[in-house]
Formats: sequence, structure tokens, C-alpha cells
Amino acid sequence: MSDKSMRTDLGRVRGMGSAKEGVHHWWMQRLTAIALVPLILWFVASVAGLAGAGHAETAEWLAQPLVAIAVILMVVATLYHAALGVQVVVEDYIHHEGWKFCWLITMKFIFLVLGVGAVFSVLKLAL
Amino acid sequence: MAEFTLPANSKVKIGDTHKASGDAKRVRAFKIYRYDPDKGENPRLDTFEVDLDACGPMVLDALIKIKNEIDPSVTFRRSCREGICGSCSMNIDGTNTLACLKPIDEVRGDVKIYPLPHMEVIKDLVPDLSTAYAQLASVEPWLKTKTPPPPTTERLQSIEDREKLDGMWECVLCFSCSTSCPSYWWNGERYLGPAVLLQAYRWIADSRDEYTGERLDDLEDPFRLYRCHTIMNCTKTCPKGLNPAKAIAEIKKMLVMRR
Repeated sequence: MSDKSMRTDLGRVRGMGSAKEGVHHWWMQRLTAIALVPLILWFVASVAGLAGAGHAETAEWLAQPLVAIAVILMVVATLYHAALGVQVVVEDYIHHEGWKFCWLITMKFIFLVLGVGAVFSVLKLAL
Repeated sequence: MAEFTLPANSKVKIGDTHKASGDAKRVRAFKIYRYDPDKGENPRLDTFEVDLDACGPMVLDALIKIKNEIDPSVTFRRSCREGICGSCSMNIDGTNTLACLKPIDEVRGDVKIYPLPHMEVIKDLVPDLSTAYAQLASVEPWLKTKTPPPPTTERLQSIEDREKLDGMWECVLCFSCSTSCPSYWWNGERYLGPAVLLQAYRWIADSRDEYTGERLDDLEDPFRLYRCHTIMNCTKTCPKGLNPAKAIAEIKKMLVMRR
């Protein structure tokens, strides 16, 4: 290849060795995906059932303990799954190490803030 | 960032046309990618008209005929002409395959021939595969054991265990699969690619090999292995009908199972 250094191809490929990680990410992406199938179906059906309902009625629905728990699970699983997915996109397409580092931290921070905010909102209505 | 625009000098221009002789009845046009780094010019697409009545059935037959009879400077790799050496892998009619296994009849219209995608081109249809070969060497594709070899016999393997290697030993390392994979295009320096991962799994799955754990350790990496997003281009394009995507899935499964 057009590598300017005089390093051998094998030396470059072996590089710093394997990071010994990636299994957890891969497994969590699949587990959250499976968990989200019933959660999202239930949530979409429930929200459709609330069509035309006002704030008070919606808040009353969300205040039921089982509903609040399921909505929190749904939101957390969705944001966790999204964070894992966006991480893959960033790693795939951003090749500048510095930018990649910045984007990975920024997007994880955004998803964390969204998650904490969403859980707080549900609890505020439910408790 | 990923490169979405073409680098300088990569736009392919229209090249020369070599007409078939007037008495040819069954004429097919072969449009072949030409690039000569010594000339400093953009690559071009030359058209060669070939009389199929005076040519063998495969695309490689036509390439050899063109090189012998029309333009000896057309450059490509080939050796065995029967799908066992893996040399003549190239992009024919939009799909990576072996020119010696691709019948001209299967292509409708002009036969467009390009080098394997997203590799640096050395000349015409010859890509630079040095990184891919180094990646193959990095997975140490040979039997590794702690147990010394038995003094008077071979290392034994049951018929059932031997059958687990079917669909992997047949790989001829043409790299059609790796160079059809978008993940390999974008991260080919760090992602090992389907061809090499298939070979890695060929030794992981070998009952005689005693370095399974170490092999899995070396693959457990967000880039070396997990750039595979099950796009399946590898399995779709393999000229030998093998399934590298399944081998990669098996590696991922084993990594989950050993936790």
C-alpha cells in the first residue's frame, strides 16, 4: 500500500493487537433489540389508544405503576440501543481518531442526558 | 471522515475502441478498465470487440485472446484457468468473481471488466493485495498445538470433525468477498474482511487445533471482527459458492458463548 513508513505490512496489520472487547457491545445490541419488539409494539398501541386524550388523561394513564415501569424500560432500552447503533456508525465512517473520540463522547453524553431526562419526566408524572 | 468524493486522477475516461474484423458473426464488446501508473494519466475504459465463434466460453478466455491478438499490454493476473488458484478475481458485469469461472453467456450486453473494488490499482486489472495478504498471515492460518506430534502417526480427526471444515477449505483466497464488502472498503486497514475471517474460523473450527482461545482473543476487537454488519455481499459474490458471513457469525457466537 501507499504507506510512507518503512514498516512491514504484517507489522502494520498486527498493530497494537486486539482490543479484547466488542462482544459486550454486540450482545447488548441484540438483547435490547429483542426487548424492544414487545415494548415498542405495546407502546405504539397504547399511544394510539390515547388519541384525542388531553394532558390530564394521558398523565393519569402514565401514573399507573405498571405503565410507568414499562415506559421507563422502553425509553432506556431504546436510548441504549440507539447509543450502541450510533457508536457503530461513528466508528464506521469517522476515520480521524480525534474527531471519532469527540463524537463518541458527545453522542454518549447526549443519550445519557436524554435517558435521565426521560426517566425523570415519567417519574414526575407517575409519583 | 469517509471519502465521498473521488480522489484526483480517478475519473475513468473513455478509451480506444478495437473493432472486430468484418467477417465476424458473433461479436461481443469487452469494456476493460485500463490504468498505467507510469503514464500519469486518468484510467480509461477500452473497448475490444471479440468474435465469440473464435473464443473460449469464459471471460478469461476472452481476456487472453485480447492480450494475445489485439493488445499485449492488457494486464491481469491468471494462472490455473479452472477456479482453483484464485488469481483472476476481478469485477465483471458489476460483480466480483473469477474470470475463469464466469461464462461470457451469463453477461447481457457489453462485458464490463474492472479490477476488484476499492483496492489500489497496480496496473489495469491488477489490484494491490499486500494488506489483505498480511491480514491473512496475521491470523496464522496453520495448525497450532501444545501437544507434540505423535511420533509415528498423523494427528487424527474423526470423520464428523473433518466435515465441519467443508465450505471453508475450498476457499481459494481470491478476495472477491473482502473487496465486495462496504465495511472492508471503509475500514480495510483494520477490519480483517470476510476472506480472512473465514480462514480464521477454518482453524478455530479444526478439532486438531489447540489455540482456539488465543485465536478468539486475537479476533475480539471492534474493528478486526465487529465491523461486519451482516451485509452479506461476501456470500452473494463468492465465486466458489462459500458462505463467509456464516463463518463470521459462528465466531461471534463463540465469543458470546465463552463469556
